[in-house]
Parts: sequence; structure tokens; C-alpha cells
Amino acid sequence: MQRYIVRRLLMALAIVWFISIAVFILLRAMPGDPALLQQGISATPEKVAAIHRELGLDRPLIVQYVDWVGNVLRGNLGRSVLSQNSISREFRERLPVSLELMGLTLIWVVLLGIAFGIISAVKQNSLLDNVIRLIATIALAVPAFWVATLVLIIPVQVWGYAPPLGKQISFFTDPGGNMRQFLPASLVLAFGPIAGVMRLTRSSMLEVLRQDYVRTARAKGLRERIIVLRHALRNSLIPAVTLIGLLTAGLLGGAVIIEQIFDLRGIGQYIYTALLQKDYPVAQSLVMYTASAAVLMNLVVDLLYAALDPRIRY
Amino acid sequence: MRTFQAQGSATTAAAEPFLKEERASRLWRAWKLVQANPLGVFGAALILLLIIAGVFAPAIARYPINQFAGTPNQAPNATHLFGTDKLGQDIFSRVVYGARISLKVGFFSVGLASAIGMAIGIFSGYLGGIVDTVIQRIVDTAIAFPQLILLLIVIRLLGPSIVNVILVIAIGVIPGVARIVRGAVLSESRNTYIEAARATGASNLRIMLRHLAPNVLPLAIVIATTLLGAAILAEAALSFLGLGIPPPNPSWGADVAASRTSYPLNVWAALFPGLAISLTVLGFNLLGDSLRDILDPRLRGR
Repeated sequence: MQRYIVRRLLMALAIVWFISIAVFILLRAMPGDPALLQQGISATPEKVAAIHRELGLDRPLIVQYVDWVGNVLRGNLGRSVLSQNSISREFRERLPVSLELMGLTLIWVVLLGIAFGIISAVKQNSLLDNVIRLIATIALAVPAFWVATLVLIIPVQVWGYAPPLGKQISFFTDPGGNMRQFLPASLVLAFGPIAGVMRLTRSSMLEVLRQDYVRTARAKGLRERIIVLRHALRNSLIPAVTLIGLLTAGLLGGAVIIEQIFDLRGIGQYIYTALLQKDYPVAQSLVMYTASAAVLMNLVVDLLYAALDPRIRY
Repeated sequence: MRTFQAQGSATTAAAEPFLKEERASRLWRAWKLVQANPLGVFGAALILLLIIAGVFAPAIARYPINQFAGTPNQAPNATHLFGTDKLGQDIFSRVVYGARISLKVGFFSVGLASAIGMAIGIFSGYLGGIVDTVIQRIVDTAIAFPQLILLLIVIRLLGPSIVNVILVIAIGVIPGVARIVRGAVLSESRNTYIEAARATGASNLRIMLRHLAPNVLPLAIVIATTLLGAAILAEAALSFLGLGIPPPNPSWGADVAASRTSYPLNVWAALFPGLAISLTVLGFNLLGDSLRDILDPRLRGR
């Protein structure tokens, strides 16, 4: 088992390294010159060349790459080409926003997804079960950005209500305002995953409830609630946990579309604007962060999977 | 084809229920299919609706798209079934023409991705060894990479156009297909008929093409159907962000995005294109689920 973990860690590092090279090359290959973008109309060949030299863009690619890796490992992510701010500082400012969004979303997904899955399984084929499954099927088909748009537009039309957009309100200064900003976004973001988790929990619990040891527990006279919640649930959670883990991996990188729509200034929005405006340093750092987080989270999920199910041994 | 009509008698009366089973009428068979898979048939109906809308768009749509057709921001009424958007364009016509874009992007990207993904999966799974390991590491890297960001980067590289969107989505989908096909090939290769083919001297290429491919095809079709829904969602998301099909093409995602900057706010412009996306994806998901249920026991039986 130890050897497996070490092997997977090394592979994860290798993958992250490959991604860094791929990201570096891809971003350099994108059309549009950041120096020109920065200068705008007042660009002259001399000024552009000067900026190239300043950013180190005139050196061979390999040198640029090694330089960048060295800096990253030392914690220096460089400066944003557009805002001239330290990327680390902007990152640190934006990360809490994405993390809060992720946290809230995960709360909904875990609580509601698993709860509905259990209810649906226990009351299989009842009206409640069919309604839940119908809603889940719909939830997996509707685009999140559409739901988000409607959630923003309809309250304005019908009640004249809009959430406070703009700079994020900290939870500690104004919990009400903070919730009004984050709650709709997290609910919309959680909608699809709740359906996924519900389905997995339901099918897995259905299987578990058919097993012999559950039959024994019933024969012993245990209350149904104890059987379901204490015995069956633990064993049916595994697929749902893996899905939740993968979801977390995705959310760590920031939910690009939702953040954009609800004007939440998190990592997702940061990546989007950086890619759009060809802000190399920012885009590189962010994509590396997102990819590394995803790879590591995938590894954690695999290990968790083995930890939860003693039959799985690598 | 009709079964024989027996003369009236007690025995034939008793046999009636069994004779009914033998009726091969097409209508009866179709009804039985609907009864067994109501959701799947509903999904297929939705998709049929989509295809009809796409193919017969010029006939169905009342107004030309990309042109002023009436007062902007109207609610649905008799002349404009879905209302008009902020530019005065008829929403119904745009939704109908939008079906063409979704169909094109969906089928071409998933078709391309399935073909390439299947080839990679068969190659990797059958040949094994170092080839398999290398390809699998690349596939794992691609899957580990956050999807939307990959799409964004590549679309920035290539520029927004319908062909590029098709390519980008195909690129995003291929690793998943390759991995699943490889898994199926790994188990298929254990079968005796493969061993027999090898014993009779068939070349690797021949085995892959003539034996493995046809047997992995049903699985690929089922995956492809579900992927069609995901591909259409991806195109909508890209167009929503402004990085997909360029305006003024009637992409459903782009239309939802456009409705956000409408002043006064126009709920209808946001509602209908998104509803079209949802129904389309729903159709493909339901169909894919049913196909999987139908084909699964046969797949497992191997």
C-alpha cells in the first residue's frame, strides 16, 4: 500500500510537470501579443521591444520555461501584465471567494444529494421516488448558466430584487449580505451535482439493502431507521464519495461560468479574464494551480476509495 | 405477415392469448417497444423534434434570423411565438435555426471523437505493453486537466468558429471515449475467438479491425449518445462565454448570454433558447440511458 501511494504521488508529479510544459507552450502559441495589448494604441516597435525584454519574452523558450519553474517553486508567481499587481497577492485575495463558493456548494451537495438518495432508495418506486428521479434527470440536462441567468433575471422582473453585485461582502462584516451574494450561486452550482450524487447513492443503497447482512439485521428486529442509517449507509457511500471528490477537484479551480454570471471575484473569473486578455503570467500560474489541484484531488479520491472499502487493495 | 386464422372452437379460444403473441404487426411491435422503454422513446421523440426543426428550419421559422422582425422585447404573442429579443429578432425563428448549429456541432464533434477515441482505445487496449502505458498516461493527463479550461485555451488558440468549436469539443471528449473503449477491449481480448483468429495467422491490424471493432461498437454507440448531450452543453457554454460560435449566428448559448445585457430585461429571450438546450440534452440523456439498459445484458453476457 505504501509503495502504491509513493508510486501514485510520483506519477501525479510527472503529470503536473507535463501539464506545466503543455500550458507554457499553449499559452505562448496563442495569437495576440501581451505587450501590444498593454500598450494599446500608443505602441511603437521600440516600446514593444522594451517590454519584451523586460518580461523576458525575447529569450529562448526553454530559458523562459526554466526561469518560470524556478520562480514558481520559490513562491514567486510574478506580476500580472495587465494590473501590475503581484499575482500571489491577487490570488490570495480571490481564493477565499472561490473557497466559500465551493464550501457552500459542497454542503448542499453532500446534505441534499445523499439525503435524497437515501429517501429515494428506501421508498423505491413510490411517488416520491419517481418525482425525485424526474427532477434529477431534468437537473442533469439543464445548463447551469441558463439556470443562473434565470435566477438573476426573474427576481428582478417579478419582485424587483437583485443580489448585491460588486466587491464581495465578507461574511464577518455582514453575514446577510454575504449570503445574498453566495447563496444563489452555490445553489445553482449544486443543482446538477446533487442529482448525480442522488443517483449514485440511490443505486448503491438499493444494492446494499438487498444484501444478506441487512436481511439478518431485519431478522434480528432492528429498527429500519437504524439499519438504513447506521449499517447500510456507510457501505453505499463509496461511489457518491468518489463523485464528491471529483466535484471538489473541479471546484477548487473555481467555477468559471457561475463566478462570471454572479460577479463573484474568485479564481474562476480570474482565469477567464486572464485567458481572454492573454495575461501570460496570470494564466500560467492559475492553470497550473487548477491542474495541480485537480490531479492531487484525484489521487486523494483514489486513496479514499481504498480506505473506505477494505476489499480494495492496491 | 399474418399468422393463420384458426376456425372457431374451444381449443382455439384457449389458444387465443398465445396466438396474439405471434402477431408480427409493426404497430404492435412499436407499441411494445414504447411500453418497455417509455423514457427512451420520449427521448427519441425529443431528438426527432430537434432534427425536424433543424432540417425544416426555413419552412418552420416565420421570420429570417439576424434581421429586425418586430418591436424589441415583446412577450410571446400570435405573431412572435416566443417573443422578440433586444434587437427585435424573432426568438422562435432563432431557436429553430439554432437547432441546426447544435445538431452540426453535436454530431460532428461526437462522431469525430468517437471514431478517433475508439481507434485509440482499441490500439492501446489490444497492443498493450509500452504502447498502452504511454497512451494511457497521456489520456490520464488529459482527463485530469480541468475540462472547461482546456476548451478555453484551445479555442483561444484557434479562434471562434464553428469548425474550431467542433474540433475543440472533440478533443475534450476523445480521452474519455478512449479510456472506456480500452477497458472494453481489455476484456474482449480474453475471448477465445480472438485467440482463434490469432492462431489462424490473422495480423494484429486485421484482428483489431475485423473482430474487436465490431464488438466494441455497441458500447461506443451508447457512450456517443450520452456524449451528444454533453457536447451540445459544451458548445452552449462556450458560446455563452463568447468563445464559441461567433455572433450573430443563432447559437442557443450565445442567445442566452445576449439576453443578459438586454435593457429592459427580457425573460423570454433568456428562457426559450435555454429551454431548447435543456430539452435537447434531456432527449439524448434519456435515449442514452435506455440504450444502455437494452444493450447492457448483452454486453455483460460476453
